[in-house]
Amino acid sequence: MGMTMTQKILARAAGVESCRAGELLMCNLDLVLGNDITGPVAINEFYKMGAKKVFDPAKVVLVPDHFAPNKDIKSAQMTKAMRTFAREQQIVHYYEVGKAGIEHALLPEQGLCAPGEVIIGADSHTCTYGALGCMSTGVGSTDMAAGMATGQAWFKVPEAVKVTLTGKLNPYVSGKDVILHLIGLIGVDGARYMSLEFGGDGVKEISMDGRLTIANMAIEAGAKNGIFPVDDVTRAYLAGRVTRPWQAVEPDSDAEYAREVVINLADVPLTVALPHLPSNTKPAAECADLAIDQAVIGSCTNGRIEDLRAAAQVLRGHQVSDRVRCIVIPGTQKIVRQAIDEGLVSVFIDAGAIFTMPTCGPCLGGHCGVLADGERCVSTTNRNFVGRMGHTGSEVILASPAVAAASAVLGHVATPDEVK
Amino acid sequence: MKMQSAVIKYGDHVDTDVIIPARYLNTTDPAELARHCMEDLDAAFHEKAGTRKIIVAGRNFGCGSSREHAPLAIKAAGIECVVADSFARIFFRNAINIGLPIVECPEAAAAIEDGAQVSVDLDAGVITDEATGRTFTAAPFPPFMQGIIEAGGLVPFVQRRLEGK
Repeated sequence: MGMTMTQKILARAAGVESCRAGELLMCNLDLVLGNDITGPVAINEFYKMGAKKVFDPAKVVLVPDHFAPNKDIKSAQMTKAMRTFAREQQIVHYYEVGKAGIEHALLPEQGLCAPGEVIIGADSHTCTYGALGCMSTGVGSTDMAAGMATGQAWFKVPEAVKVTLTGKLNPYVSGKDVILHLIGLIGVDGARYMSLEFGGDGVKEISMDGRLTIANMAIEAGAKNGIFPVDDVTRAYLAGRVTRPWQAVEPDSDAEYAREVVINLADVPLTVALPHLPSNTKPAAECADLAIDQAVIGSCTNGRIEDLRAAAQVLRGHQVSDRVRCIVIPGTQKIVRQAIDEGLVSVFIDAGAIFTMPTCGPCLGGHCGVLADGERCVSTTNRNFVGRMGHTGSEVILASPAVAAASAVLGHVATPDEVK
Repeated sequence: MKMQSAVIKYGDHVDTDVIIPARYLNTTDPAELARHCMEDLDAAFHEKAGTRKIIVAGRNFGCGSSREHAPLAIKAAGIECVVADSFARIFFRNAINIGLPIVECPEAAAAIEDGAQVSVDLDAGVITDEATGRTFTAAPFPPFMQGIIEAGGLVPFVQRRLEGK
């Protein structure tokens, strides 16, 4: 019986010829990631396990991004614990504030993820890297600790949902709309424990930044991982970033899937997810009656250069509504530089938006844009649970950068072509 | 392992942001995390957890973030077991790894009412509604996972491995 992409990668990492869904495998890890919230917990567990040294100082990545630059004394203490560990363990890829960014924007950019690799991260959006054809999944701090200590992790081989993309996207429609549309179709547990395996002619129509956005939100359908096949778009992205050898996988033609979903990209509308689940989707054009107080453009989901370009294209020559705070958050320092060089930062400032440092910040109600009771935010982030961005009486509407920018200008949920 | 208690019942998709809101993630202290456990979902949680030690919930319990602070907060709040229709996968791993007993059993999750007295036999995977006498059987954990549970979580499990035992 054939295997899916995920199954092939897991089998190889476990040193076995083949595997089937449901089997438990102990796999060698190519990368172990942690951040300023999950890392300190993992470091405690690491020492409790009796570990002395990480399995490979070049295969552990630590990124202070959630509450960094530190928002208060407690978070400063946590980041300090991680920094001390990084120095003691001579961690090669510790990214300090000023050289860092949001982990899931940073790692692909730095060439730390390649096709066929197995990556775990103590952050649920670690599934982002599947855009590059690797098996990449979120775990907790104790799994991260065990990964740092042994270089291995156990996995239950997942079943799969095959997502076949056909056709071409309409103007302004992006990867964010595709993934929200998909989650709307299958639900927040529609791919629970499974891998989302993307394929079809439509894949080539989606840019790498778009694929990273789609894979990023695989967890919002409950998936273990999301994975794309490797094509010319992938190879062009990897060129100059990844110099080590890598080996892509393709799904077998007789691979088994628990379910197949076909999406014609031409049928995907500009989509938003209304409170309080990412599956509560609706076409953005049908939500004009929803006034907003804040728009956030950024995060590990939509803080890449293409996202900033899409927002700037809508904001150029327009003003953010007087009733809205528009907060633009670039993903990494490199993206900051690009945004300056391309003149995007001037567009944001001229429009009356704020352009901040890279941080996870408001996405999880941390800092830099927390919501008050009764406030409503259109956000390019990934979760709209109760209280996610602040007060339990606040509301989050998930959207693409183009929709968030249009909404910022008009003061209500809006599509880019409404901005005249 | 066996436990008996009245039940606190919740619905579907109880997410990690309500189990432990991110505004409290600037600490790793279980006791402090426990103080804020479920506060965005159920203001009466702590009062209930004073006498009720078993949570019964619907589909996809623990969806969202990978924060291990979520099962840690539940455990430190005095909850001895979570029974659900299904668990989100990262929460499932985390609960096993930190030693919070969990049982996946759709029938029990559907039938057991808030406040009901139930007993849970983890080794047998049997949940009993003491008022009605009705029993529910959950699928047992695979042997590999039982090894982690028997060791008391992933930390002692890896500890043994590193010591070459």
